[in-house]
Amino acid sequence: MSATLLETKGLCKSFGALQVAREISFRLDAGARHALIGPNGAGKTTLVNLLTGLLQPSRGSVHLKGEDVTSLAQAKRVKRGIARTFQINQLFRGLTVLENVCIAVAERLGAGGSMLRPAGRRSDVIAEASRLIEMLKLRDVAGRRIGELPYGRQRLVEIAIALGLDPQVLLLDEPAAGIPSAESHILLDAISTLPGEIAVLIIEHDMDLVFRFADRITVMVNGAIFAQGSPAEIAANREVRAVYLGSALDA
Amino acid sequence: MTAARQLAERHRFKWWELLPWAAGIAVFFAFPNYLAFGTQLLIAILFALSLDLVLGYAGIVTLGHAAFFGAGAYTVGMLAQHLGWNEPLSGLVAAALVAGAIGLASGYVLLRTHGLTLLMLTLCTMALLEEAANMGAAFTGGFDGMPGLKFAPLLGLFPFDLLFFRSQYLYALLVLLLCFALVRILVYSPFGQSLTGIRENLLRMHAVGAPVRARLVLAYTISAALAGVAGALFAQTNAFVNLGALGLERAAGVLIILILGGYGRLYGAFVGAIVYLLLEHALAKAYPTAWQIGLGVVLMAVALYARNGILGIGDALRRRLGGQRAP
Repeated sequence: MSATLLETKGLCKSFGALQVAREISFRLDAGARHALIGPNGAGKTTLVNLLTGLLQPSRGSVHLKGEDVTSLAQAKRVKRGIARTFQINQLFRGLTVLENVCIAVAERLGAGGSMLRPAGRRSDVIAEASRLIEMLKLRDVAGRRIGELPYGRQRLVEIAIALGLDPQVLLLDEPAAGIPSAESHILLDAISTLPGEIAVLIIEHDMDLVFRFADRITVMVNGAIFAQGSPAEIAANREVRAVYLGSALDA
Repeated sequence: MTAARQLAERHRFKWWELLPWAAGIAVFFAFPNYLAFGTQLLIAILFALSLDLVLGYAGIVTLGHAAFFGAGAYTVGMLAQHLGWNEPLSGLVAAALVAGAIGLASGYVLLRTHGLTLLMLTLCTMALLEEAANMGAAFTGGFDGMPGLKFAPLLGLFPFDLLFFRSQYLYALLVLLLCFALVRILVYSPFGQSLTGIRENLLRMHAVGAPVRARLVLAYTISAALAGVAGALFAQTNAFVNLGALGLERAAGVLIILILGGYGRLYGAFVGAIVYLLLEHALAKAYPTAWQIGLGVVLMAVALYARNGILGIGDALRRRLGGQRAP
């Protein structure tokens, strides 16, 4: 049994009368390749937002390596190793691909606040960003502005930024949405080169990708955890098939 | 990777960056009768440059930047008037400290907000200061301000001359050069890059672990201090301070300058200030009572057809002429 990296205890979140997370107790182990699935509106993105601190829970707690981080701001959690991508691209649209990744790398290396040396002289930052760009096959567009790129390649920049934070826990919110299926292998390749001890949580609707990627699956329905288990267990679970997988597996 | 090389070389000096300073020196010899105008122009550039740091780079929308200009102007004015502290250079430092402190305090409170709320709050901050200057007549001279201020010669050698403005002009040019060098270093640093990141995508900036608010407050403080220096120069070179130093008209004027020239690009402040002041000068001569109409028309044209200001037009032309060349 490997060590638990990230854990939630009885996490609840309501917006007024609307309960979007109900008593979520969830664990992410070191080295996990964990998929989070469920119908639209099940609360998957909300859970990621609670994990990263973008949202504060109404009740319950989030623990990182055994330490309660529930009250920590987003930026502080990033410093402790939680990185994410967004379901809808959140990039610096007016800047180039390289600059986008450099900003993330500079923050991780603690260079983001340095004022007197030009950013162009931080060859460590630029080299690291270039390495990630290479890895995600973005080299040919490194000098182009985000706004000029097709959506699928922008998605890969999202991943590069998250990897630039050198995370221990990586939360990917529908990373493959919008990437042409012929290119989704770039994404999987990039994830497979990550150090084994990193925990990866992926929200994904593409069941092919989920079953290729995950060694554990959590199914959410209606803000609560509906089922958890290995891919084989989930695939065999009749209730899960009924609420969600349905035709995707019958096919 | 060419993109990496581009990024590594972007902060280097280009030859054309010498032009504004060469022009500044040329004006000193070529137009001795216009040095008073030239001095005001240099001060306007410095003020617009300070605004560019927060508005153009960090994306902080403010309509109250004259608060810091006024704070700087009143600082040197009151020091000279009441304490007899009339040494110009230390006056600039004092003005920067006071304006910076006001920027720090107000920024700490205001920069939790965004957009229109922030716009209104910056406006309110300025109005508070203006009213304080109006009511505190014993210190500030109230509505009349402080006319006839006296300042000691620069470095004890070069007296300010109210008629010919020779020392004032060179003094302002040198201070602008130093402040510009500082801003230029800042915007090309990782700190400056992170400000651009905040402007481009706040959500993402939080998600890469940047201390967003601290960065904004710091940028706001530096910008306020620079605006304070501009205000202090204004008071010293003109030998007076009044409420006009921190009113809405001045705040709007500097915003117009930056929009005209193009924000978030360093040299927009130069181009904008030159065009604005020349337009004002020429139009006021031709139509003394209605010159703002002409300015309004130009501003509308820029807002409608040149969203990135006058320098933006140059960019667009270059892109069109350059055709296939990669940007």
